[in-house]
Amino acid sequence: MTFQFNEETFRGDYTYFNSPAAVQRFPFPFDQDSYMYSVNIERHPGGPKGSPFEFAFDVDEHYVSEMKDREITLAEDPMRCQSLPHMELAGWDLLELIMVSKARDYPDLFTLTRDGNQWHWINKPLGIDKKFTFLDPTTLPCGPMEYITRQAQGDFALLHEREGNLWLDAGMITSQADWSLDFDVGMNFFEWHAPVPKARKMGVFDKALKFLLAVDQEQSYRRLNWTMTVNPRLDTSPENYHKWGPEKRTITPENVGAKQFLRVELQTFWRLPRSNALAFPIRCYLCSLQDLATVPKWGRRLHRVLRDIDPDLADYKGFAVNQETIVSYLSQFDDGAPTSAGIFPD
Amino acid sequence: MNKLTLEVTETQQLSPLVKRFRFEHPDGSALPLFSGGAHITVEMPEGELIRRNSYSLVSDPYDGSGYEIAVRREDTGRGGSRYMHEKVSEGDLITVSAPKNLFQLDLRAKKHILIAGGIGITPFLSQLRQLDLAQAPFELHYAARSRKEAAGLAMLPEAAHIHIHISEEGKRMDLGEILDGQPLGTHVYTCGPDGLIKAVADQAARLNWPTSSVHSEAFTAPPPGEPFEVTIASTGQKVRVKADQSLLEALEAAGIEIDYSCRGGACGRCETSVTSCEGRILHHDHWLSDDERAEQTKIMPCMSRFKGTRLELDL
Repeated sequence: MTFQFNEETFRGDYTYFNSPAAVQRFPFPFDQDSYMYSVNIERHPGGPKGSPFEFAFDVDEHYVSEMKDREITLAEDPMRCQSLPHMELAGWDLLELIMVSKARDYPDLFTLTRDGNQWHWINKPLGIDKKFTFLDPTTLPCGPMEYITRQAQGDFALLHEREGNLWLDAGMITSQADWSLDFDVGMNFFEWHAPVPKARKMGVFDKALKFLLAVDQEQSYRRLNWTMTVNPRLDTSPENYHKWGPEKRTITPENVGAKQFLRVELQTFWRLPRSNALAFPIRCYLCSLQDLATVPKWGRRLHRVLRDIDPDLADYKGFAVNQETIVSYLSQFDDGAPTSAGIFPD
Repeated sequence: MNKLTLEVTETQQLSPLVKRFRFEHPDGSALPLFSGGAHITVEMPEGELIRRNSYSLVSDPYDGSGYEIAVRREDTGRGGSRYMHEKVSEGDLITVSAPKNLFQLDLRAKKHILIAGGIGITPFLSQLRQLDLAQAPFELHYAARSRKEAAGLAMLPEAAHIHIHISEEGKRMDLGEILDGQPLGTHVYTCGPDGLIKAVADQAARLNWPTSSVHSEAFTAPPPGEPFEVTIASTGQKVRVKADQSLLEALEAAGIEIDYSCRGGACGRCETSVTSCEGRILHHDHWLSDDERAEQTKIMPCMSRFKGTRLELDL
């Protein structure tokens, strides 16, 4: 596989863009014309060739720029990456999972040579060539989770299982939809989901936790989640709300197509072998409304979903203030024709 | 359920009742690694019947060259362990699940105390290798009736922090002495007979240990019993459970899909609602609470049986 890595920014001048091919493979999250919570879980990896579901860890044209953006965020706020002491083994498990997967799925970009615990890792896009000893933290410049997640798109949470619950005891979180690792670290599954409206009452979390506890080794899963973001910003954290919150008020009928982004999270779940921890990667994809509308099915469907959504969810997902402008913009793409089932373009 | 078909490459009689088995991939490929305390579920086909029992892995969790289990022969059981002892030999192919762990170490612990009674030594054999590699402080206490019966002796290294208590030799395990005075942040793990698990929990409670620092694994193979019959609510189908069969095995044989994991009443995966019960559910699991048992509206088909005239399951 060969592709060009975009030169782009996720802050300041926001030069982020999707190539036409990237738009076509965008993980559009709505499989029907309306939306309500569901535990929409499928096996992962696996999906159409070229889709973001094909491989364990998708690498796309944004890879190099996303890693630069992570570096900026971490330099300003090192607490975006935390690992409680008992999670180091899970960090090694995650490092192995990502290195092995990437070297297998993208052999032109990554290579991993292993001789016992003597490992040699080459990451061509980022210009890294590193020999180290697996399970020996003194041979890496930082902890294993931090080391590998500085080289992998998306956020990563590592969950420790105990007392029939999952505990958010480590993570690398720099592209989050308005939640804080520093606030949530050490919390259990119900505690860190407390701000989500309606879902607890619907029993969604009990079911989701039961499902997650039953995720076995060699048996991983994915689901899609979504929200809306003004400007293509990865770091929509509570810590920096003062920087991006006010940008919500810059939406006008003229600029909404270019400035309003659908933000999709490809969440995957992995049981790690040595630590028995769960890895929870949360990969963020951004696409502007005007780019999405180049796929006729998506333009029609997104209009219907956002027009009819429960007001509490519009509020929680942070776009209630711009809902009218967004829906009115999208209405031009909705001719009332029926849409086909599933998420992929026709 | 992810399954692996492996070759039996070694068997070894460890004691009159306990045999060790080693399984390797037939083409030599590496098996998934695992964490200390993990188990695999072994399939034992016999005629039309497929029995499935879960056994703790006793080999090095970081060594993917093979899996090892140690099986105690239970002559009054359903026949699973007898099958392993009599029918399985080197060169055979055997189907097992990927490793799962319901008895993991809490790696937050400042120190780990592992207490094993009899065949309950098995999960600790992989845990102590993990603790050694992590250089975490621990002590292991292994209690057995006699040296001859203590199959674990052949698999345990000799070390100052590994203590053997043979009751026949007058060295009974003193739980008060073991647990008293341990540093704050110590976790205790028990595997063995129910009586031992309860005794450790009681002793820890007397010493005011937090319950979250007290762990145990009690799951055993499903017990045999009198035959009985269940009715499937959605179809009216009747399923007969034989004396040497678990309810879960009978449902599987009847082609009824049901989720499971441990097959030992510990994980909760096969929990099934009861829509009608005229009689008494014989609960043998470690999952349902006392209140839930008394209500007779839920059953764990992997372990539990029934005595009465009608049991209808919400399947």
